[in-house]
Amino acid sequence: MNIIVCIKQVPDTTEVAIDPETGTLIREGVPSIINPFDENAIEEGLRLVEKDGGKVTVLTMGPPQAEQALRQALAMGADEAILLCDRAFAGSDTLATSYALSRAIRKIGDFDLIICGKQAFDGDTAQVGPGLAEQLGIPQITYAIEVAVERKKLRVRRLLEDRFEITETRLPALITVVKQINEPRHAGLRGVMKARKADIPTWTAEDVDADPLRCGLNGSPTNVVKVFSPQRQHEGEILEGDTEEVALALVERLREAKVL
Amino acid sequence: MGIYIETDKCTGCKLCLRACPYGAIAVEEDKAHFTEDCTSCGACVSACPVGAIVMEVVRAAQVDTSQYRGIWVIAEVQDGHLAEVTLELLGKARELAEALQVPVSLVLPGDEVSGLAARAGQYGADEVYLVEHQNLAQYRTGPYTNVICGLINKHKPEIVLIGATLQGRDLASRIAARIGAGLTADCTGLEIDTEERLLRQTRPAFGGNIMATILCQQARPQMATVRPRVMKKLEPQDGQEPQIINVPVSLDAKSIATKIVEIIREEQQEVVNLQDADIIVSGGRGLKAPENFSVIRELAEAIGGAVGASRATVDAGWIPAYHQVGQTGKTVHPKLYIACGISGAVQHLAGMSTSDCIIAINTDPNAPIFDVAHYGVVGDLFEVVPALTDAFNKEFGQS
Repeated sequence: MNIIVCIKQVPDTTEVAIDPETGTLIREGVPSIINPFDENAIEEGLRLVEKDGGKVTVLTMGPPQAEQALRQALAMGADEAILLCDRAFAGSDTLATSYALSRAIRKIGDFDLIICGKQAFDGDTAQVGPGLAEQLGIPQITYAIEVAVERKKLRVRRLLEDRFEITETRLPALITVVKQINEPRHAGLRGVMKARKADIPTWTAEDVDADPLRCGLNGSPTNVVKVFSPQRQHEGEILEGDTEEVALALVERLREAKVL
Repeated sequence: MGIYIETDKCTGCKLCLRACPYGAIAVEEDKAHFTEDCTSCGACVSACPVGAIVMEVVRAAQVDTSQYRGIWVIAEVQDGHLAEVTLELLGKARELAEALQVPVSLVLPGDEVSGLAARAGQYGADEVYLVEHQNLAQYRTGPYTNVICGLINKHKPEIVLIGATLQGRDLASRIAARIGAGLTADCTGLEIDTEERLLRQTRPAFGGNIMATILCQQARPQMATVRPRVMKKLEPQDGQEPQIINVPVSLDAKSIATKIVEIIREEQQEVVNLQDADIIVSGGRGLKAPENFSVIRELAEAIGGAVGASRATVDAGWIPAYHQVGQTGKTVHPKLYIACGISGAVQHLAGMSTSDCIIAINTDPNAPIFDVAHYGVVGDLFEVVPALTDAFNKEFGQS
């Protein structure tokens, strides 16, 4: 089975600090990581291939340093990695991103399954996976917590707000995975060594025959026009004193504020 | 936007006929062609085994925005009722519609859902596109996308709002990619720029540390998924009968790629829908041991709330993952959020900082959770939480 895993390099938000003066993110010196849900996607790809054979190709679109994320995926055990990198892709929104990825996947050619994380940590949109499935004209199953492949049939257990749903579809298809699907492995020393030497091809917009009018800012219908830090609408009140009095005071405050 | 058939490639196999929801393809002399009922919904494109059907790419710059008028809400039906978020969106759509002087329409796909149309009217819909079919009984990406894209292409709304539920995000992304629309995820603020006639969409990014305002100047419709529990639904108005537009569709089960085999709802009350809870009591690492979640549960019970948890406690295996609030867990917006022994890592705050009222209980006065809390108690949760449980029990008249 040929599996393509799409990943994104994101800033490590657990390391992100907030500037107390401006209330904005301090991004300098913040390490980059593979989007955590994408690590689950890689792990699931590796497990499926270990079980049924085939190979895992990891694909990312990003700046040159995104190659680091690909090496990490190779160290985990992925067979091949491709970096989609071109100034023409800069400023892509989710539509332009899914278009660019779809072009790269058409160039890769044969595939049975595409796996994405459910969403990225920085943008939180959850739009690229389904957008990509649409661009490729294949079915999508989002929020997978369990995946089984039998012949050309895919059976997925989905984790929804208040229920599980078991859905089947035919291959090729695209799934997005939730964190609970597996525990991503750590790269071993041998993997790290192999990844360090691996050849990672870089594909440009031209290499994947992408229409320049559908890439980057040109191909992005949405535009961010303003970025600001969220207003704190209140000053918190710290309640002090005897525990029981504090508890009663809290209930009183909630009643006054009509929360109860 | 257009769609066409490359006649020399067409083999006349008729698979596209089965895929077309609007009965708008005819095959004559072994060649398929579209009839005037075609909505350019695109359902036939992936059904064609020889790639003879081509959807023209929409270029935003070529869109005549003046052709697009009206505000649409796409309904989500849960257990036979309109989802709360659908009612909230109708309320918001009403407000936006006043600014634009256009009607509000609800698109209501499902099976035997006509009874819900009247309720949509009470909450602000002027008209309802009623799309009933047995193969729409359960949400599935494919048929819902096909049907709705057809309606959008035919009637050209300027704004389409969808709840940012898991279903809504699955659907909205697919629709936007097909029709080349701009889509903003998980909005918490929507307003009209009346001068430019544009929808200003505001959403949190970087786990809520930054807010971004997004415009979609050229492409139409302007699409947004909207976070549940943020917009306010209207007081229901009796006697507001919406105009109902029946949309006949044909959906052949064989042309639908996915099949729902089973739906499993766990019986234990443990599986709570955190997103729908009015009150959430959450525990963090300060609980020290898994069995101490009992303190949280008792408070939750006293106040009629659901139990939430920080990532640290879930990762440690103290409590199942569906309780997790935060960036890798659930984003919640309850009326009251009580954080007990939670320090307030960025990724946790991202999931709960928009709650109406936040109470934080923590031993560390410098914990970041106090920055978002409306009321804070610096103290030992094992003393404060039980005291609070007692106080609530007294408040609600229980011994």
